[in-house]
Amino acid sequence: MAKKGDWVRIHRVVLDAAGRAPSVPEDTAKVPLEMWVKGELQADAEIGEEVKVITATGREENGILIEVNPHYTHSYGEFVPELIQIDKQLREILFGGDK
Amino acid sequence: MALAKDYASVMGRSNEIQKAALGLDYDQFESGRLRFDYEALMTSTGYTLEEIERVQALTGVGNTPILELRNLTALARKYAKPGYGATILAKDEASNPSGSFKARRAACAVAHAKKLGYKGVMAATSGNYGAAVASQAAMQGLKCIIVQECFDSNGVGQPEIIEKARRCEAYGAEVVQLTVGPELFYSFLSILEDTGYFNASLYSPFGIAGVETLGYEIAMQCRAKYGKDPAMVVCTSAGGGMVTGTARGLIKAGAVNTQCVGASIDLTGLHMASDKQFNLKSCTTGHTGFGVPYAVDPDHSDVPRSAARPLRYLKRYVTVKQGDVMYITEALANLEGVERGPAGNTALAAAFSLAQELPADEYIIVSETEYTGAGKHVQPQLAFARQNGIEIFFGDPNKEDKPGKNIVLPKDPSYIKTIDMDLDHMRASFIKKACKKRNILDPCDDDIKFLMEETLATEEFVRNVVAGLK
Repeated sequence: MAKKGDWVRIHRVVLDAAGRAPSVPEDTAKVPLEMWVKGELQADAEIGEEVKVITATGREENGILIEVNPHYTHSYGEFVPELIQIDKQLREILFGGDK
Repeated sequence: MALAKDYASVMGRSNEIQKAALGLDYDQFESGRLRFDYEALMTSTGYTLEEIERVQALTGVGNTPILELRNLTALARKYAKPGYGATILAKDEASNPSGSFKARRAACAVAHAKKLGYKGVMAATSGNYGAAVASQAAMQGLKCIIVQECFDSNGVGQPEIIEKARRCEAYGAEVVQLTVGPELFYSFLSILEDTGYFNASLYSPFGIAGVETLGYEIAMQCRAKYGKDPAMVVCTSAGGGMVTGTARGLIKAGAVNTQCVGASIDLTGLHMASDKQFNLKSCTTGHTGFGVPYAVDPDHSDVPRSAARPLRYLKRYVTVKQGDVMYITEALANLEGVERGPAGNTALAAAFSLAQELPADEYIIVSETEYTGAGKHVQPQLAFARQNGIEIFFGDPNKEDKPGKNIVLPKDPSYIKTIDMDLDHMRASFIKKACKKRNILDPCDDDIKFLMEETLATEEFVRNVVAGLK
């Protein structure tokens, strides 16, 4: 249960696939235009329910409640061994490595 | 009565929404069938270069240091013929408050919005410009909404764009995130109409005048430090604002012999509005997917006439590959102790190759760096590529690169080689598009003259292209 006043993330379909611009490529024309925005929940609700929020600039938006206390998960990514090879090669070329 | 907010209705009101949101009537600049008065548009800001410097300085924007990349210069000289290999410099634009040169563009736009009495500003951007507008709005006490194209239809976001959203939110902005598609403009207009905010477009004259200080500073700082103008300034090119503003600033500084070179990552074959291909790109800007369409048709942005018109200034436009940029990003950190990027590193990869064409007593400068971080760093870029099935290996990028299929890291620095784009081909494309858009098959002398100004082409060239229209 999310409480009124919680900071949440909502999702809404802006345009159905059928309503997309004629210029979009075939694969894009098959899927809807979707939107995500964050705001303060205006009434208690469960995940998956249609809700109203007030965004950071004070706009009212509606959509399906998908996340309470939304947080970022992007990172520095998984290890990429090629980067170590680049480092070694550059030092070798420029400074002669350990020689 | 409430206005209809469906797609067709909002798009139908596009002109009036834009007019209200820019505080500028673009009709006044139209002066012929094809012609519009570009310089009048640019002076409509009412700010001189000195005033823009002052406005930017109020919020700590501009006057960024120049970094001399000594080890990268030494490395480039290993692959140049004797006596060649210009000193490679970089304008450290990451030291602007929002972490990129976009702060210059945003400072002017937001100050102007405030002067005109708008309560908030909006921008449609998945790039650093969002963070720049948000940062300026925070400093100048305005509200801010950024609209981003961020996810594919599986809800998977480009890590680089998610980081930019985070930065916007850190500055107190609202971020509206969308899936792939040009209808972003519909959502943008609809919110613009509801809020009555200022459209802090990247392509407004304020946005471009803000970059002129960058070109101007480059000339002045190089003269003070090295006693001469740089032989080349290399600009990463996407929407064309960096090239246009920097070139104009260099001209204003009298650096008429400095060549302004555009550089983009070659992403030929990937469709920018494709849902499936969205996450097969391993960089989100500075690539040909933006660079070419904006150069040949600048007026398809979010303003009636774009102030970014790169073909007016470009005498050379080169491409590099994704793998070149990732390699040089790692080299910048490892050899210079400077962790930056990705955007400016497209130009840096190009500069590494171009420096080898120039004598060793010349200077070549990369016009920008940008802040790096989670999502934007070369490791998450490569890791994301691998997760999306992109093959990563060492080889010859110019022979083996296939955008959307692989990233070819140069097997040694000698394999970082720019490829020149055919500017005449782009000029011809510009001319055809400009005429077709206005249904002109028999351009008059003034139309021809205007097309020459727009593309730096000769009269003969323009007349030849135009003859093919009929």
